[in-house]
Amino acid sequence: MIWDATFQLVLLGSLLIGATSGTLGAFAVLRRRSLLGDALAHAALPGVALAFLWTQSKALPILLLGATISGVVGVLIIEAIVNYTRIKADAALGIVLSVFFGGGIVLLTHIQQSEVGNQSGLDKFLFGQAASIVRADLYVMCVVSALVMVAVFLCYKEFKVLIFDAEFLAAQGFSPRVVDLLLMGLIVLTVMVGLQAVGVILIAAMLITPAAAARFWTDRLHVMVLASGILGALCGALGVGLSALAPRIPTGPVMVLVATAAFLVSALIAPRRGVLARWARIRANALRENGQHFLRAYLALQARGKREIALLDLASELQLPLYRVRRLATRLVRDGRVSLQNGACSLTELGHKEADFVVKSHQLWEYYLVYRSILEEDHVDRSADEVEHILTPEIIEQLESILAQEGIDVVGDIHKTHSGYRRTGEDG
Amino acid sequence: MDEFWGPFWIVLTGALAGASCGLLGAYLVLRKMSLLGDALSHAVLPGIVIAFLLSGSRDVIPMFIGAAICGVIATVLIETFHRRWRVQEDSSIGITFTALFALGVVLITAFAGQVDLDQECVLYGEIAYTPWDRLFWGEWDLGPRPVWILGTVFALNLALVLVFYKEFLIASFDAEMALSVGVSAALVHYVLMGAVSVTTVAAFESVGAILVVAMLIVPGASAYLWSDRLKVILTLSALMGVVSAIAGYFLAGVWNSSIAGAMVVVMGALFALSLIFAPHYGLLGRFVRQIRLSLRVARDHVLLKLLRERESQRVSALSWGDLVDTAARWVSGIAIRLLIWQGLITRKNGHFSLGEQGVIHATRLLRNHRLWESYLNQLGLPPDHVHDPADALEHFTDDHLREEIRAALPNIATDPQGKRIPDG
Repeated sequence: MIWDATFQLVLLGSLLIGATSGTLGAFAVLRRRSLLGDALAHAALPGVALAFLWTQSKALPILLLGATISGVVGVLIIEAIVNYTRIKADAALGIVLSVFFGGGIVLLTHIQQSEVGNQSGLDKFLFGQAASIVRADLYVMCVVSALVMVAVFLCYKEFKVLIFDAEFLAAQGFSPRVVDLLLMGLIVLTVMVGLQAVGVILIAAMLITPAAAARFWTDRLHVMVLASGILGALCGALGVGLSALAPRIPTGPVMVLVATAAFLVSALIAPRRGVLARWARIRANALRENGQHFLRAYLALQARGKREIALLDLASELQLPLYRVRRLATRLVRDGRVSLQNGACSLTELGHKEADFVVKSHQLWEYYLVYRSILEEDHVDRSADEVEHILTPEIIEQLESILAQEGIDVVGDIHKTHSGYRRTGEDG
Repeated sequence: MDEFWGPFWIVLTGALAGASCGLLGAYLVLRKMSLLGDALSHAVLPGIVIAFLLSGSRDVIPMFIGAAICGVIATVLIETFHRRWRVQEDSSIGITFTALFALGVVLITAFAGQVDLDQECVLYGEIAYTPWDRLFWGEWDLGPRPVWILGTVFALNLALVLVFYKEFLIASFDAEMALSVGVSAALVHYVLMGAVSVTTVAAFESVGAILVVAMLIVPGASAYLWSDRLKVILTLSALMGVVSAIAGYFLAGVWNSSIAGAMVVVMGALFALSLIFAPHYGLLGRFVRQIRLSLRVARDHVLLKLLRERESQRVSALSWGDLVDTAARWVSGIAIRLLIWQGLITRKNGHFSLGEQGVIHATRLLRNHRLWESYLNQLGLPPDHVHDPADALEHFTDDHLREEIRAALPNIATDPQGKRIPDG
């Protein structure tokens, strides 16, 4: 039923919108121009209405031309206000956005209350109505998107440099202002592509949200641009599919909600930058840290001449409740660092190795801080305590060679470390 | 509804909304928080809709509660995205308010039958229906409900601004100073955001979610162009809100359009006027100052040229072609005419020479120039490099500064090029 020709047309249109705005959104977001897209879209409304009033035509190219002109005028006014008055960028953006939108509303209500207005259907430009896309509209959208895509492909390098190092761009003989203007021009075109299906109020979200979602998945620009484009296309298609189920609901908000869901999911599950991944990393660090404290405490007790070391001794040494120490021990046994026999605990060979390593890195760091006069002798313990878990064998080697040149020879000696175990929230 | 009271209530509602928003807007602009106002006014929509759905009425209390909850959620989301999830700040704002606004629109259309709200109301409010939306107390007709709501909000905002004037002032301009005298800038921030939320919700019914943004930002920014004094800015901002409500109502009648939209257009016009005509920060003022400055420089150069010719005792009069500055012919020409009109130079047979007053003026300038040259030379600039900076400085040296420089120099009679420093 919904797989008829009209629906295919609409679906194709929304795919196109999503892909274009997603692709360009990646640049807009990284260049911190995302809210400018919002102002521009709102500023397009009076252009649509004026184009209709002058030509009495509903043809998409004419309306979009009007929208483009008033959008560009809006952006120029923002620039002028910021450059020539004491008003800051945020207020200038808000002024242009709301005043142009107010003007658009005046024109729109004027059209609606006149005779021709009822069938003008201009209000679809407010919240978007993808169902109103016809074949001719699709052609227009195709041409504009193709233009945007080609421009992005050709100017990829310039945009990249503009985003990450505008001064370098200037040094290469390009004017950052010109490249910036080009980027803004492309944002204008992208907004125009989406105007009919998403509407002036929410089209900015199609620029921002997929790009922000893609940012979680990668640190590489070209991957981000691709991911953002694909994500945008998916959101567009899914949004149209969903709103086909409830025709009363305008498509713009549905697309935006789908994109928001994609953003939230990305933020949660993306590897490395995702919230869950970060949380897991923090937890793993805490676990390792507490395990190493356990091992160090064991060495400290042993150095004080204790033979049979029970968990209770370790608990009082670590100043932790017994149940936490028991949990730590269980985990260390599982990792093959500790063995438990009749309530007495002993380190395995692997456990000894790690314990020695931790003690040594703690001490090395203390020496190094004192040697470099970074901290006083009685202040180094805390810093060393934080660092002992992070130092890698390579760094240890370097520290050793630096200190060896000064005639300082550090052997991991538990007698020489100050005791104290930094508290962290998590444990095993 | 009779012919006077209908329009009266509508204009009063608009004026109260404009004044309430204007008072707070001045602070938003000063504190560079305009976009937060923008985001907040979009974000409260789902709260309002859900309150409508749950309470089944247009009661104010549930609406405020819903909007307040939504406002807090929006703030928390923006902070979480930005600080904890490391999304850029502008993107965080953009994602949050578009998502919440989209949710609100979807809810409105999905429950269209049950909610006494529609898309139009969201966009430009229902101020035209104000006179028919009555508030009853028992049998008593107390007048239009929006007037009561906005009147209360205006009174609250006014009280807030008057009572905490000093606290707001100091926290807005110097947060550290505020902290040192015991004013919490964070508290002021939250009080202000709370007031903005309440005002947004109150104005929402009358002017819609997006036009509230205009009422918040535009009068504040316009007033900011007219003055540096907070009291003046606040008064002007509120006044502009009122004026645009009145003018907007009548324009909407003429254009046959939305009243709230017309109010915003008037605000835009007021802003454009301020942008051009504001005395110190307006474009026209800036332009006039620049013209006057270049005229003054051109005039000084004409005087100096004539005096130098006289000093070298070649001629005491120059033709127009010799006198006019070829690099800036236009300004120089006006400057010469101005000098003749002021009687500083005289014209005889197509040649120009210094008048009595002109000599005094020109001598003072030459003294400035040569004193500066000597002074710059003493600072270590080689003699062939002192002319250009002295040329720039000579115009802005008053009697006091001139004698200071004189005092800082050893007793000399000539400048580094050996030219006599005239007495002035």
